[in-house]
Amino acid sequence: MPLTPDEVRKVGTLARLALSDDEVDRLTHQLNDLLDQFARLQQLPTESVPPTSHAVPIQAFLREDRITPSLPREEVLALTSHVDDYLGGFVVPQVIEE
Amino acid sequence: MSELIHLTATAIAAKIKNKEVSAREVTDAFLAHIEATDPVLSAFLTVTAEQAQQTADAVDRKIADGEDAGALAGVPLALKDNLSTRGIATTCASQILKGYIPPFDATVVTKLKEAGAVLVGKVNLDEFAMGSSTENSGFFPTKNPWDTTRVPGGSSGGSAVAVASGMAPLALGSDTGGSIRQPAAFCGLTGLKPTYGRVSRYGLVAFGSSLDQIGPLGWTAEDVALLLNVIAGHDPMDSTSVPHAVPDYTQALTGEVKGLKIGVPQEYFIEGIAPEVRAFVMSAIGVLRGLGADVVEVSLPYTEYALAAYYIVAPAEASSNLARYDGVRYGFRAQSDGKHDALFEKTREMGFGAEVKQRIMIGTYALSAGYYDAFYLKAQKVRTLIRQDFDKAFTECDVLITPTTPTTAFRLGEKTNDPLEMKLSDICTIPANMAGLPGLSLCCGFDTRGLPVGMQLMGPAFSEELLLRVADTYQRHTDWHTRRP
Repeated sequence: MPLTPDEVRKVGTLARLALSDDEVDRLTHQLNDLLDQFARLQQLPTESVPPTSHAVPIQAFLREDRITPSLPREEVLALTSHVDDYLGGFVVPQVIEE
Repeated sequence: MSELIHLTATAIAAKIKNKEVSAREVTDAFLAHIEATDPVLSAFLTVTAEQAQQTADAVDRKIADGEDAGALAGVPLALKDNLSTRGIATTCASQILKGYIPPFDATVVTKLKEAGAVLVGKVNLDEFAMGSSTENSGFFPTKNPWDTTRVPGGSSGGSAVAVASGMAPLALGSDTGGSIRQPAAFCGLTGLKPTYGRVSRYGLVAFGSSLDQIGPLGWTAEDVALLLNVIAGHDPMDSTSVPHAVPDYTQALTGEVKGLKIGVPQEYFIEGIAPEVRAFVMSAIGVLRGLGADVVEVSLPYTEYALAAYYIVAPAEASSNLARYDGVRYGFRAQSDGKHDALFEKTREMGFGAEVKQRIMIGTYALSAGYYDAFYLKAQKVRTLIRQDFDKAFTECDVLITPTTPTTAFRLGEKTNDPLEMKLSDICTIPANMAGLPGLSLCCGFDTRGLPVGMQLMGPAFSEELLLRVADTYQRHTDWHTRRP
């Protein structure tokens, strides 16, 4: 079942992209082309095949639970001009309803 | 000094160490060549001339004082612009990171500094390393020095061009589906994607976290070994880096391939591989056979499913990794009067290019409720089948040899309107990423248009010494790697 433009718009909302109508049209085509490619995977019987999330076996490393310095607040806040110098934080649009 | 720019990194390092030339003279020669050449090729996003000269002077002082100045003392190096550099802009060639100056260095950058390397600048890539031609850069495309009407490959196109045009003898790239090997092939270089976990990814801006790996590009296997020595190793800042000891890779270059079993997988020599590419790769295999290697046919039957599985796994991981770009803490922020969601949506809509959006979209879809099993889980299972293919092949041979790319470098604009066709140029390189294996591309000829042809070596996990030895042996008996555009 090919994706419809409305479904593409819904995915755009999930991905936090304010897509234009032209982009929705183009992406609908492109995504359906890719889904056609993916269809060939469905023919492969894989019921008994375990998934690979990392190709090389990885051990979990433990480190000593020691406090190490993090980046100084001024350096981090210097990365954007949208800061409140008095409160010492990032300025964002209103999040909580009045 | 202009002859310096055509030397290998190994030769430059030796000249500096022996005081035949100063690090400052070397750096100035390369900076002058960047100034003269880059306006034509557009490889650099940032040239760090002043810092480079300061580093070179510091190296010269150390050498004058008789101190050990490091394995790469005074050797100029270009970094792909998705490697974080403290105090130096790091854009990933994306408008969304325009103006972002990281407050920290990637682990590989720290190691390069300790080894005395001279960073000459940050180089272009397909936006967030998503692409195969460097045409997806959010700033400008980079041109191939062998033919400026053609692409250099991608996504590490800037890294490959910097080396191939003599603007730096070494460069670092990153490889998620072929992004080091494919541009190395298109530009006539040696490029290595190490085994997943061999090099720390800390400070590499993440694309597909289970696939990404940083690696070197240079003229020769010897230069690649020299740089791998510096960047390989475990890092507490990257939990996927492995604690294996780091050998001296240059010591592995014995020039010997007698008794080596070369596997030639039939699935990589199918229709769609240009006849000239096939002929040069087969001829290179013949050279190695002449030096005492045995050649066996092997089969990797699941190869044909690798591309489709990759285009689920990589975008799925990318859609998660790129969720962090919201305009709040760094980089570009769109003007928005609305609520926070409107700010995020507008910033991301304006900040990301078309290819990046397409991959975020397919990844978001593949991970969304109700589709996870059909896409992501299925792709991970196919990944297991691809891995098992390789495991079986390596019971029959030591190393696999294939073309790196189906064709030589294509024309700028040739594939930009056909995303599927563009993606096919990675068909030979993607399986090594899916299986986490090391892959190396080296030049094995030039087609009738004068464009370099790349041959790929793949080996078992952590067989970098073997791949470098085979490549170096080939280079000792051929001279393709000595040609310059």
